Amino acid sequence: MAEKKSCLKGVGLTKVFGLGRNKNTAVDHVDFDFSEGEIVSIVGESGSGKTTLAKMLLGLISTTEGEIYFQGKKRDIRSQRAKKEYWTNIQAIFQDPFSSYNIFNKIDSLFLDCINMRGGKNLPYEKKVEMMTEACSFVNLKFAELTNKYPFELSGGQMQRLMIARIFLLKPKILLADEPTSMIDACSRATILDMLLKLRNDTGMTIIFITHDIGLAYFVSDKVFIMEHGKFVESGTADEVILRPKEAYTKRLLNDVPKIHEEWDLSTVDIKNQ
Amino acid sequence: MKHTLQQIFHSSKFLTGFVIFMSILLVTIFYPLFVPNPPLEIIAQGSFFPPGTYVSNYDAVFSSTAYTLNLPDASAKRIAAKLGNKERSDIKDYLIKVGVPADQIDTTNTTQLLDQWTKNYDPKANIPGMIFSQQRYYQRLDKSLAGLLSSEGLIIAAKNVDTGALEQVGMINQNDYVNIKEVASVRTLPLGTDNFGRDVLTELVKATSVSLEIGLIAGTIATLIGLILGLLAGYIGGAVDDVIMFITNLFTVIPSFVLLILISYSVGQEHRGAVMVATVIGFTSWVWTTRSVRSQVISLRNRDHVNLSKLSGHSLVYIITHDILPYIASYVVMAFILQISSAILAEASLSILGLGPKTSEVPTLGLMMNWAMIYQAQILGKWWAYFPVLLVIALITFSMNLMNTGMDQVFNPALRD
Repeated sequence: MAEKKSCLKGVGLTKVFGLGRNKNTAVDHVDFDFSEGEIVSIVGESGSGKTTLAKMLLGLISTTEGEIYFQGKKRDIRSQRAKKEYWTNIQAIFQDPFSSYNIFNKIDSLFLDCINMRGGKNLPYEKKVEMMTEACSFVNLKFAELTNKYPFELSGGQMQRLMIARIFLLKPKILLADEPTSMIDACSRATILDMLLKLRNDTGMTIIFITHDIGLAYFVSDKVFIMEHGKFVESGTADEVILRPKEAYTKRLLNDVPKIHEEWDLSTVDIKNQ
Repeated sequence: MKHTLQQIFHSSKFLTGFVIFMSILLVTIFYPLFVPNPPLEIIAQGSFFPPGTYVSNYDAVFSSTAYTLNLPDASAKRIAAKLGNKERSDIKDYLIKVGVPADQIDTTNTTQLLDQWTKNYDPKANIPGMIFSQQRYYQRLDKSLAGLLSSEGLIIAAKNVDTGALEQVGMINQNDYVNIKEVASVRTLPLGTDNFGRDVLTELVKATSVSLEIGLIAGTIATLIGLILGLLAGYIGGAVDDVIMFITNLFTVIPSFVLLILISYSVGQEHRGAVMVATVIGFTSWVWTTRSVRSQVISLRNRDHVNLSKLSGHSLVYIITHDILPYIASYVVMAFILQISSAILAEASLSILGLGPKTSEVPTLGLMMNWAMIYQAQILGKWWAYFPVLLVIALITFSMNLMNTGMDQVFNPALRD
C-alpha cells in the first residue's frame, strides 16, 4: 500500500465559522494523505466536523487555513472552469437521498448532466440512452421504468441507488460518500454498500467514507480516521484502529456499536485489556 | 404542477377570492364594450345627481305620441311628491303664527290645508321671530304649490318665427303619459353623478381598471426588485449580502409611505401619470419581498440538491434559476399578490392626500375618493359618490388576501386544517 500514489492530501486544514466570541472551529489543523484506490473511513459523532471536512474537500466551502493537494499538485479552484475541472475528479453522495434531488427535474436530466460533464454533450441521443441504461442496470434498476419520472415517485433506496448510478456515469477519481446509508433501511444498506465496493473494484476510485457507524467503517474500509472535535484523534488501518484502539474516544464509539450484528460482533475482543 | 393547481382550486378560500377578483376583472373588461362613453365626460349640469333613470323633459313633451292613461292614484302621488309630511307641518306652523287656531288645521285634509294657505299666506308679511332663510323657504314653497290641485292641462306655446307672436303648439293634460322607450334621450345612472356631473358607474369601472393596472405595475416592479436582490443576497452571501442588506435595512427603517409622499411631491403634479405613480410605489415597496426571499434562499442554498448541482458543474445563473427559483416560486407568487393589493391601497392613500396621478387624464379609485372628500360628499350624504369606491377597494384587497391565504394553506402543509 505504501507504493500507491497519493491522491488527496491535506496539510493543516482548518475551518473556522463565525468571528470573535461566536468563533467555532469545526475542523482544526487536520493532516491526511489518501492513496489512490483506497477506501478510507472518517468516523466521528455528529458535530465532530466530518461533513465540514467533506465539503472542504469537495470545494463547496472555502478553507480558513491549510492546503489541499490533488494528485500531488496544489488544488486551485478559484475560477468556475477550474472548479468544473476539479469536480470531474471528485464527486459525492449525500446522506439524505430525499433532499439530494431537485424535485422539479426529471431523472433523465440528472443523468444527461453527468454525460455532458464527461464531454458527451454531442453524442447522439440513442448513445446517451444506452449509457444511462448501463448505469441503471449497474444498480439493478431499469432505465425504461425510470425515464420521465420525477424523483419523488421513487423510494429512498431507489434514489440512493440512482446516486450511485450517477457516480458510475461520472467515473470520478475520488468519491466522497457522506453517510450514504444512514437514511436507508438495513436491507437496502447492504445492497448499497455492495454496489459501492463493486464500483471501487471496477474503476479503482478512492472512496472516502464518512460515517458515525464504526462497525460499518470496519466492514468496508482499508484505513480509518477517528475524528473528535475537529481533530483526527486516531488513525491507521481498520484492524489497527478497531481491534486495538488506543484512544478512550475510539473505545467509547466501539462500545456504542449494537451487538446484534454477528459479523460486526466485537465482544470477542477484550477492549479493556488493550 | 397540475396537481398543485388542482389543490389550489380545491381550497375554498382561494376559490372565493378568485371568483370575486375575476368578476371585478371581467366587469372592467366588458363594461366599456357595452357603455362606450368616455369615463370623464361631464354629462350633467350640476353635481351629485342621485341614482336613477333620467328622461329629457323636452323629449318627453315633444314625443310623437302621447298616451292618455287614467291612473287612479296619479294625482295623489303628484301631490305627495310636492306636499310631503314635512311641508304639511311647516304650513301648519306658519298658519299658527299668523293666527289660525290650531284645532282648525287638519294636515291630512289637503284641500282644506291649501285653501287655508292661499287665504293666509302673504309673502310680504313680516312675522316676528322668523328669520330670512325661513321667509325664503316659504316663498319657494308657495311657488311650488301653485296649480297643484288644478286638473287642467298646460298649454305649450312657441314663438312664431315670422310674426314673433306666441302660438300654441301642444297641450299637456294631467293624465298624459309617454312611453319611456319613445323618449329619445334617456340615461340611466345606476350610481348617479359625481360632483362634476360625471356618471359615477362608468367612472368607477375605468378607475378600477386603472387601479388594477397600477397595482400590477407596482407589484411587478416591487416583486422583481425584491426577488433579484433577495436571490443575490441569499445565494451569494458575503460582501454582496452585506451591501444589499444594508440598503434593505435602510429602506426598512424609513417608513415607505413617507418616502412615497416625498417622491410623489417632488415629481410634481404635471409628471404624475398613473404609470409614474405605479413606478414610484413599486420602487418603495420591495423591501419585505427582499428580506423574505433572502431568508428562503439562505435555507435552500445549503441543501444537498444545490450542492449536487454545483458538483454537476452548473453555473451560478443556472443554479439560481433551476435549483433555487422553482422552490420559492409559490412563495414569490403569494408575495406578488399581496404586493398588488398593497399597491392599490398605497395609490388610494396617496391620491386621497392629493398626491396621486394628475386629475385630467384617468380616474383612479384613490382620485374618486379624493374628489368625493374635497366636494364634501360624505357631509352632504351623497353616498353614491364614495361608498361604491370604498366597496371596490375593499373587495379587491379582500379577494387578493383570500387568494393568498388559500395558496398559503396549499403550499404550507402546517397550515392545513
